[in-house]
Amino acid sequence: MKIYFYSSLLFFFSIQLSCAQDNPPLIETPTELNYRYETVVDGIDIPWGLAFISKDDFLVTEKSGTLYRVVKGVKTAVDGLPEVYVRGQGGLLDVALHPEYSSNKIIYLTLSANTEGDSEGGNTSLYCAKLEEHALQEVKLLYKATPNTKKGQHWGSRIVFDNEGHLYFGVGDRGNREENPQDLSRDGGKIYRLNLDGSIPQDNPFVGKENAKEAIFSYGHRNPQGMVTHPKTGEIWEHEHGPMGGDEINIIKAGINYGWPTITYGINYSGTPITDKTSLPDMAQPFYYWVPSIGPSGMAFSTSGVYSDWTDNLFAGSLKFEYLERLVIEKNKVVKREKVLDKIGRVRDVVEGPDGYLYVSVEGKGILKIIPTK
Amino acid sequence: MKLVIVSYFLFIAASTHMLYQEKSKAESIEAGAEIYQDFCVQCHLNTGAGVSGVFPPLKNSDYLLNNIDKSIAGLKFGLRGKIVVNEETYDGVMANQGLDTEEIADVMNYILNQWGNAFEGQITPSQVNEVQKSLLD
Repeated sequence: MKIYFYSSLLFFFSIQLSCAQDNPPLIETPTELNYRYETVVDGIDIPWGLAFISKDDFLVTEKSGTLYRVVKGVKTAVDGLPEVYVRGQGGLLDVALHPEYSSNKIIYLTLSANTEGDSEGGNTSLYCAKLEEHALQEVKLLYKATPNTKKGQHWGSRIVFDNEGHLYFGVGDRGNREENPQDLSRDGGKIYRLNLDGSIPQDNPFVGKENAKEAIFSYGHRNPQGMVTHPKTGEIWEHEHGPMGGDEINIIKAGINYGWPTITYGINYSGTPITDKTSLPDMAQPFYYWVPSIGPSGMAFSTSGVYSDWTDNLFAGSLKFEYLERLVIEKNKVVKREKVLDKIGRVRDVVEGPDGYLYVSVEGKGILKIIPTK
Repeated sequence: MKLVIVSYFLFIAASTHMLYQEKSKAESIEAGAEIYQDFCVQCHLNTGAGVSGVFPPLKNSDYLLNNIDKSIAGLKFGLRGKIVVNEETYDGVMANQGLDTEEIADVMNYILNQWGNAFEGQITPSQVNEVQKSLLD
């Protein structure tokens, strides 16, 4: 009898091992909601990125190539944008304000572009410009990833700043995982670090390394879709889409290889394996990984205390399951995951506004503000 | 001399024909498979089954098979708002993917002939060219 018990235990254990397992903690759906939402602005198909100038004044990118300035709920298209190459997942991507925006009016944009005028597709670019009311002036290209390609996937890209005068942005692997992410002489599959004027910091990890693109800060990324500066530590937090399974949260450090596609917790969309390795000694493990994939997009910490029990929680949109995810982190570990705004639609971005409220951009809906009811 | 002129014109006609020859259906489907893997698979999945309530199925999809021109228009101009597919309502946004007319014809031929879908004819770039945005109104 005892042998039977142990052998069946072994049997069930081996079955469990052989199936792709959901990575804990499992997502929870709260039974009681202590928030509601209101629509701040609507009529935007794919509101990709969001940046606040003040509580009632913010910028929204629409992926197909329009930058809106929304003042007190009224949206106006901004003139003078560089030409956007719209293809696949590419288009007008993120927008961010210079840390000293209030005095210099400088904004940054990432977008898909073909600045070379060749016929071979496009790649991710970073621009800066001065925003004067509803027009961009002094538009300047700061970085252009090469080569252009007609592939539709994985352009990145978010823009964030550290507290030491650097700008970070990501470029996805551009649908070429065999060549780009692990090769420092190629763009794609990288997080880049620049000075605010677009020049390359001389203490970047690969400065002076032969053939390396010196703007690279970290590599081995697949498709960064969320980035935020940690409000307390000042570290750059990033999340990226894995293939099927294996979306990751990473804390970005200089010169580190995050492993794509040599190690991953995901598999091909066809169900075939990409690699049999989830770890290697010289490659960083993610801070957290999502299996199954949620298609994370946008990333923010709640710091304000506006929501009674959400302080210091991390938020990420889910494109795939159409909710905003709240992640509770304790002792450097994700200990709880919960759905906020369940079934709201594809969430592209989440930002903590200057008033401390969380603002969420949702495809087909626009920008929503989450308001506590308790 | 006459022979030279005739053969010259024959040569021109033949090379023009070569240049403008459209893909066979099989070639178009093959090219479409690549486009599908690049632009569509993330949402509609390898099985063409989509995700119930979020991304509509292409496999055995009544919307696709009964509204071919409208589906082409969706690829060409993007699709938004409510559609009903196999008795389930979808209310999302499919962005314009920036595909050219030939790529749209290819991927249409692929999805119309995959996962048990079968379509007798062949979608051509000129057919894609003629589809108007007003179809989606």
